Amino acid sequence: MMQRLLQSRGLPQIIALLVILVIDRAVSPQFFDLRMLDGRLFGSLIDVLNRGAPVALLSLGMVLVIATRGIDLSVGAVMAISGAIAASLADQHGLPIALAAALGAGLLCGLWNGFLVAVLGIQPIVATLILMVAGRGVAQLITEGRIVTFTAPDLVWLGNGAVFGAPTPVAVVLGMLIVTGAVVRGSALGLLIEATGGNARASELAGIGTRAMILAVYVWCGLCAALAGVIAAADIMGADANNAGLWLELDAILAVVIGGTSLFGGRFSLVLAMVGALIIQAMNTGILLSGYPPEFNLLVKAAVVLIVLLLQSPWLASVGAVLGRARQ
Amino acid sequence: MRGLPPVAITALVFVAGFALCTAQFPNFASTRVVANLLTDNAFLGIVATGMTFVIISGGIDLSVGSVIGFTTVFVALAIERLGVPPLIAFAAILLLCAAFGAAMGAIIHVFDMPPFIVTLAGMFLARGASFLMSTESTPISAPLYSTVSDFALRLPGGGRLTAIALIMLAVVAAGAVLLHFTRFGANVYALGGSRTTTALMGIPVGSMTVRIYMLSSVLAGLAGIVFSFYTAAGYSLSAVGVELDSIAAVVIGGTLLTGGQGSVVGTLLGVLIQGLIQTYINFDGTLSSWWTKIVTGILLFAFIALQQAMLGIARRSGPRKAGVLKS
Repeated sequence: MMQRLLQSRGLPQIIALLVILVIDRAVSPQFFDLRMLDGRLFGSLIDVLNRGAPVALLSLGMVLVIATRGIDLSVGAVMAISGAIAASLADQHGLPIALAAALGAGLLCGLWNGFLVAVLGIQPIVATLILMVAGRGVAQLITEGRIVTFTAPDLVWLGNGAVFGAPTPVAVVLGMLIVTGAVVRGSALGLLIEATGGNARASELAGIGTRAMILAVYVWCGLCAALAGVIAAADIMGADANNAGLWLELDAILAVVIGGTSLFGGRFSLVLAMVGALIIQAMNTGILLSGYPPEFNLLVKAAVVLIVLLLQSPWLASVGAVLGRARQ
Repeated sequence: MRGLPPVAITALVFVAGFALCTAQFPNFASTRVVANLLTDNAFLGIVATGMTFVIISGGIDLSVGSVIGFTTVFVALAIERLGVPPLIAFAAILLLCAAFGAAMGAIIHVFDMPPFIVTLAGMFLARGASFLMSTESTPISAPLYSTVSDFALRLPGGGRLTAIALIMLAVVAAGAVLLHFTRFGANVYALGGSRTTTALMGIPVGSMTVRIYMLSSVLAGLAGIVFSFYTAAGYSLSAVGVELDSIAAVVIGGTLLTGGQGSVVGTLLGVLIQGLIQTYINFDGTLSSWWTKIVTGILLFAFIALQQAMLGIARRSGPRKAGVLKS
């Protein structure tokens, strides 16, 4: 019974999210209240979705990378770069050019990571470490060490506006989820990505272009990170090269792992990665609402990582198997 | 000597960099600059020594920066608030760090989890714990601290080789002996080469893993103590991102990130190269400090590409050699 519950996909994550939301409700009685103001929904629940948008976008790219047995540590730095570009171009050149330049930069960063991993065959942790270290420096180069602010209304709308009552970031995440889901699950692409992560050599022999597959997921991850960077910059109407996206790569990886995708590659789920991002944000918001110092956040996160690890570990599976056999 | 060629290249880069700096700023080649280089990077050198063991064994330890932060806060509060004698506080924190590292190693081994994610949890835990103890910077005014910061070996030319620089050099020397001349060190290399083979050879993989992470955490604790000497304060936000600096130092020092190859001396050179870039920027005065990150990133790429090329050559010539031996 326990075994089957753990193995049914997605149930533990959704239960965890519900439990956290109920705890949040217990902490703050107005948690589920929603209000409509100036054509936009407000409320703690909307806030969880809105604040969680950057991490959700990051994990959308990250989940594909992790499915190929890789990892992308550079997404936080890419966020800083794209935010810096968007913020410094927005006022003079308008949204289309600023957005194109920022997303183009993300694409290039992803291409660089993918090149290192797929073509040069460098370990993903190491390959993306390079951009993680250098990327923030590049972002500083773009902002010249200052915090660049802007007032361009269309870029501000991207962070603070509303689409059909939902905050724009939430709409963007939903749009990206649908696009990614349609491309990956609507075709055999998702299966090929899982095959690459499961066993790259075997997939190569079976005729899958594993290199192209790996290159593509890193490019997509860079693009998602750039979009997250633009949204984060639009949210605060400025680009802070030092702090934009700092440590968010860890949150994104955590979201993917909570979503049940193994760090050893293979089977992945886009929706559950989103649920993972929401779990993290619901915890953050809950701790803020409860009045505990935000420092508790890190301790809670550490505990969650450990619990998720234990649930996923082969050790628990073998214990479960032994228990099951004993019962029979 | 294992891992000599990459170390030689690292040494060459360091000497060339130093020569370049000297050519531009004649004052650069002084014992003062060298002594400051060692003092300013003392904590990084200590922590990178521990990281070298972890990476050679095929693992990674992301928690070291947070452990340094935790240590500075713990030491500062123990000495200033609780009135614990400094030496007892040091012993307590090193024991605590040893237990922390051992726990991470045990989880990695028993649950067969990637070190990356386990030490990530350790990073959150240590940083969160230090935030909980205090979010403010606590100055340390114990007499021992002024004694240590006053102590220095005077070098000809005005350089002051400080106590913390000496501690760092001693740790590096001890680490080099431990890695290159003991059974423990040989086992670390074996573990990085192949876990399965190591287990089949009868080496206790579990206890080795525990001891390697224990070593890394203890050295991170020691680095934290040195850091508290350096700043004479305990602050929960200190040493954020040091794990990246130390991984970069280890890689620039010629250690293979896949494990199985590397040296402690190379790591020291890697630390000094990063310090050199920082010092150059200070001397120049017009460059911003973020150039350090960009140059470090470029160096990282250069060394990783070099390693990859050498691996490629080794792989190509490997099977042929084996074939010759068989026939």
